[in-house]
Amino acid sequence: MARHTLSVLVEDVPGVLTRVASLFARRAFNINSLAVGPTEVAGMSRITVVVEAEEELLEQVTKQLNKLINVIKIVELTTEQSVQRDHILIKVRADAATRLQVTQAADLFRASVVDVATDSLIIEATGTPEKLSALLSVLEPFGVREIVQSGTLAIGRGAKSMSDRALRSA
Amino acid sequence: MSKGSPISPALLAARPAPPAAPARETAAAPVVPVSAVRGSNAVVAPTEMLGSAAIVRSLEELGVDDVFGLPGGAILPTYDPLLASTKLRHILVRHEQGAGHAAQGYAMVTGRPGVCIVTSGPGATNLVTAIADAHMDSVPMVAITGQVSSAFIGSDAFQEADIVGITMPITKHSYLVTKAQDIPRVLAEAFHIATTGRPGPVLVDIAKDAQQSTMIFSWPPKVDIPGYRPVMRGHSKQVREAARLISGSQRPVFYVGGGVVKGHASAELKELAELVGAPVVTTLMARGVFPDSHDQHVGMPGMHGSVSAVTALQQADLLITLGARFDDRVTGVLSSFAPNAKVIHADIDPAEISKNRTADVPIVGSVKEIIPELTAAVRESFGTQERPDISAWWRTINHLRETYPVGFTQPDDGLSAPQQVIKRIGELTGPEGVFVSGVGQHQMWAAQFIQYERPHAWLNSGGLGTMGYSVPAAMGAKVGNPDRVVWAIDGDGCFQMTNQELATCVINNIPIKVAVINNSSLGMVRQWQTLFYEGRYSNTDLNTGHDTVRVPDFVKLADAYGCVGLRCERDEDIDATIQQALAINDRPVVIDFVVSRDSMVWPMVPSGVSNDLIQIARNMTPTWEQED
Repeated sequence: MARHTLSVLVEDVPGVLTRVASLFARRAFNINSLAVGPTEVAGMSRITVVVEAEEELLEQVTKQLNKLINVIKIVELTTEQSVQRDHILIKVRADAATRLQVTQAADLFRASVVDVATDSLIIEATGTPEKLSALLSVLEPFGVREIVQSGTLAIGRGAKSMSDRALRSA
Repeated sequence: MSKGSPISPALLAARPAPPAAPARETAAAPVVPVSAVRGSNAVVAPTEMLGSAAIVRSLEELGVDDVFGLPGGAILPTYDPLLASTKLRHILVRHEQGAGHAAQGYAMVTGRPGVCIVTSGPGATNLVTAIADAHMDSVPMVAITGQVSSAFIGSDAFQEADIVGITMPITKHSYLVTKAQDIPRVLAEAFHIATTGRPGPVLVDIAKDAQQSTMIFSWPPKVDIPGYRPVMRGHSKQVREAARLISGSQRPVFYVGGGVVKGHASAELKELAELVGAPVVTTLMARGVFPDSHDQHVGMPGMHGSVSAVTALQQADLLITLGARFDDRVTGVLSSFAPNAKVIHADIDPAEISKNRTADVPIVGSVKEIIPELTAAVRESFGTQERPDISAWWRTINHLRETYPVGFTQPDDGLSAPQQVIKRIGELTGPEGVFVSGVGQHQMWAAQFIQYERPHAWLNSGGLGTMGYSVPAAMGAKVGNPDRVVWAIDGDGCFQMTNQELATCVINNIPIKVAVINNSSLGMVRQWQTLFYEGRYSNTDLNTGHDTVRVPDFVKLADAYGCVGLRCERDEDIDATIQQALAINDRPVVIDFVVSRDSMVWPMVPSGVSNDLIQIARNMTPTWEQED
């Protein structure tokens, strides 16, 4: 099963996330990640969903999603033709003896230290899922205490905007 | 699939056509934009009123005449202005499920949206079955439910249920209204969504405080739903491709579904079918959309379809699929369904295309618009290329139709054959009647043995298979078609689920006729127990029939409700009893037709096998001839 990233442009109304998510649930799809936020257009939100699914089933779910009244448009974004980023915060053990090694590791990944305590650091990083998992494995030996990660955000490359055509036709 | 492009060609079609579309526009007849707001769109200047009055006024402006409902706490404010309305006729049901099915029956015969109004909590949950039923069978319906005041939502208040959440997978769309000012727009949107595109149920849940607050009412409201643009017109290239396939086919079959009924395209279908000259099968949801008496009609396909219809689909080289959805009851084991056929699939819902069976030529749009364009394209195509001879195909089908007509045998126990009763009801009533069945054996017999000559004459719960549909849906159908004879053809099991609406019928002078096909058991389940569980009749005996305690006694029950109750126990009384019922028009009639419990529905394709293994009677398959 291949991994697919869908961008779903929706009306920003109560319940819309439930409607979208439950359609995946009904087909027993596992959602790998989900990110929701406002867009450049007032009243429109954008949901980025990453799922693993067979092509045919995904097509059916996409059609069903399109039937939702609050869904304006759906686009699949391939990794080649889009920029995809995850965001992670990692709380890692770091005392006087190891702090320098940890910050150096963070630097290599262009991650930044956003909180310092006597025995721990919080590191913030942005990147592809592959980069973030590489960072995690480097930090692992020091002792990762806690992580929190966003869903994947994805945007198509080039000048075109996803909301452009959808809204003109509206 | 690439950046910025929709996911599939079908979805591309689901978006509005680019400005290059005005091919239809002519100088003489400019396209007048049709308002998305139903009704006359009469202008109402801003007027202050309560949200409850705005609900009633909006329904009036939307052209609603009849609503079915039952009041309770959270909808009580709305029932006050309802009392004063001279335009709305509210029919008080005895159970909310009855309101839902009545709204369905009303919608099915009139083509207009059915409306039901109930209260919060249990009122709303009692409606769930009817909403699910309307969703499965694409019935335009607007369900208005009261909700607890917005300040109490989510607090487990008295009679609170998250009905929007509960019905999310079984509605076309739903709204929770917490502000009075939103009421006119939401109702106009709900009616628009319920009735356009693929029809379906829309739920509008209105908080009590929204009903009780003051708002400024004006009409028509502005309806703009950016995410809802149903495609009506088929893609012309696809239509031409379909015509090309039809022109080259040696064994074409029209596979016609309920979408043609919903799309009001029976006249268009007849023209196309006669031009092509191919056999036509009408599914359970489409019975009557193509006349049964027409020479090209070869029956109903599916699990209990005729040998000729089932085989026509199985052996076809082309399925011309119009408003049908390759339901499992039609296809049997999908991988063995019509194995050599190419598929043309026209449907208004892009999600139905290639859902079960991959379409070779998908056409998204309304059959009302697609069929005439296809007719024109086929006519052109027939004019330019030589058509294959389809007479051998007709010989095969005619042979099957003559050898294996749908029939029945007289039971051994001396009781009447249920098929005979149903057949005679159809014959004595005629094609102008409306026939509404429950679910089970009697439903299949009513689909098989009544001759349907027009659309909107046959109503049943096809997709969800809701026992108890018949009586309330017949009630709604009679309200929608007061001048037609409306029969509820029900089973003794089904009838006991919703017969309380007989009270509604009597009190409101809705004289339906109910034929209880009483075999004293849950007949279809019993049939499966006979065939697949070695006759171990687990919990299917209802004790309502011949030689039982008769609990309840349907004649006495009818009498208690103020209906005329009749009983028919012998073949020789069938006609006279039906005639007697047909002569009574001032109140409902209930007939207890005592029939054999051993009659079974044939033909049958057993569950889980190919349609090729159709049986015409127990362990009897047709003798297949070699193609000549």
